[in-house]
Amino acid sequence: MIKKMPVLMFLALIIVVIEMNASFSAEYDYINISNPFLNKIPIAVPFFRPMAEGSAEKKMAREASDLLSETLEFTGFFKILNRGAFLEEPSEKGIVASRINFRNWRTVGAELLITGGILIHNDKVDMEFRLFDTFKEKLVIGKRYKGSPDDMRQMVRRFAREIIYRLTGNIGIFESKIAFVSSSSGTKELYICDFDGYNPKKITQKSNMTFAPAWSSDGRYLAFTSYARGRPDLFIKNLSGKRGAVINFQGVNLTPSWVPGKFELAASLSFSGDQEIYLLTGTGKIIKRLTNQWDIDVSPSFSPDGKKMAFVSRRSGSPQIHVMDMSSGNVKRITFQGYYNTSPSWSPVDDKIVYVGMINNEINIYMIEEKGGVAIQLTQQSGDNEFPTWSPDGSLITFSSTREGKSRIYVMTAFGTDQRRLLTMPGEQSSPRWSPAEIKD
Amino acid sequence: MRKKNWIRLLVLLVIPGMLFTVSCRKKTPAPSAPEPAIVEEAPMIDTSAEDEARARAQALEEERLAEEAARGSFVSEKVYFEFDSSVIDAAAQSILRSKAEWLQNNREATIIIEGHCDERGTNDYNLALGDRRANSVKTYLADLGIAPSRMTTISYGEERLADPTDHSKNRRAQFVIE
Repeated sequence: MIKKMPVLMFLALIIVVIEMNASFSAEYDYINISNPFLNKIPIAVPFFRPMAEGSAEKKMAREASDLLSETLEFTGFFKILNRGAFLEEPSEKGIVASRINFRNWRTVGAELLITGGILIHNDKVDMEFRLFDTFKEKLVIGKRYKGSPDDMRQMVRRFAREIIYRLTGNIGIFESKIAFVSSSSGTKELYICDFDGYNPKKITQKSNMTFAPAWSSDGRYLAFTSYARGRPDLFIKNLSGKRGAVINFQGVNLTPSWVPGKFELAASLSFSGDQEIYLLTGTGKIIKRLTNQWDIDVSPSFSPDGKKMAFVSRRSGSPQIHVMDMSSGNVKRITFQGYYNTSPSWSPVDDKIVYVGMINNEINIYMIEEKGGVAIQLTQQSGDNEFPTWSPDGSLITFSSTREGKSRIYVMTAFGTDQRRLLTMPGEQSSPRWSPAEIKD
Repeated sequence: MRKKNWIRLLVLLVIPGMLFTVSCRKKTPAPSAPEPAIVEEAPMIDTSAEDEARARAQALEEERLAEEAARGSFVSEKVYFEFDSSVIDAAAQSILRSKAEWLQNNREATIIIEGHCDERGTNDYNLALGDRRANSVKTYLADLGIAPSRMTTISYGEERLADPTDHSKNRRAQFVIE
């Protein structure tokens, strides 16, 4: 209860006060996430307007406008226009439609314009944001948020979420988190950070070594392999810290993956002497054995409807990605390129599977359709690239790479573009896993 | 201590006596001479007992060293694998046969077989592969008559490299005596 309090208070603080005459009843369909030839929408995010003369307002107005730019840019949907080229300055002239000359924004190439205003009074921040369509010369979304100055980031993300929802019909990634393994403290421990790498927090202590975290579909549980007890056991941890289970059969207890929408997970266990994938309850009891083939079977990953499962099997002599139909148990191999294909991750929105492939000793990330076919290589000539995982809207992929020497976590779009480092921490980072869009309390 | 001193004293007294005896012998070619010599040599029985004890101790020490060496090589000698393989090849078989012999001679010993991989490939798959390597070794030793209950396995995947510069040195199974 004590732990929950701040969250509730925070939610109460951010009050959406007004919905400013957004005069469009129909949702915009500016962005089709699954379009591989997606053109980035040019968007102008001029500095926000301090609504009073205080220096605190001025500072926060700058920070908030920069943060909103970065947050939108992170999605890969937008081209953030250079402020140096802008012909007018809403932070001085005004942030409402009547004060904006839309032609000036069209001239600099902006299709969308965001204005914002910030007022601080009695230690509370009042932020208002407007998104304009510069061609239609209309307000698309207007929102006002109130909160403490510490909530600035949350308020900016809220508005970013509104924008993405209006433009894509999807709530996006702004409330998602990324679990990963880092050796910052000397041992490989589990961490969780925000979707953009902000605020990494250590989740496990003295785990010795930690591997392959997996989020439950409500975001309440993380399953992962840890050597905390000296052996590769599977831990199922309730993130509010109340409950948990340990699956510690002889051999390895590896590569958990939750069944979408259920309190069940699949994992590879080798107590029989053979690494096979089993279906388990969220409390760690075996429901049934899913694979039945001598040799390695690991790394399950479920289709969004839970009806199919991608996994790695060495049944044909080398590790390859296979797909199992859960109702019939039929298995088909889908990768045929190269002799080493592992770590499949099924898109949370469609039939794409990303995985790690090794060709000529180069380890890269590839994408293939569930039905098989030609794989698309997403990383090139950039060290070892491993452990790809999808953002909850299927638009981004995070993965680990040794392209800068040490293993670190990177993000790219689902088409392999805009590859950048997610965060900088001491030690090495690996095994990122993206949470669902919303994490329930 | 007191006993040792007594032995030392005895040795001090006896050895000059022996020297005397030997030099005497040279000077007395008479065939009857050996008889007193035997009497003279009688105290030597004590000395030879000492030698024997020493030899026995040395033998024990040698045995202990040999045992230690055997134990040492049991732990240090690793079994190597091909890339993405858990097959026990001919070289590995001969190493494992000597390990089985040691296990037969040390029936109280229980061991941990660790499976390791080189750093190529993915961590999670390598944990499974390391597990498989450790299991192959366990199965091979069990086939040579070692009780499976004396052997536990653990995989460390690519987490504990033996030689960061040589992949072939990392694809291994290694042994810990519990």
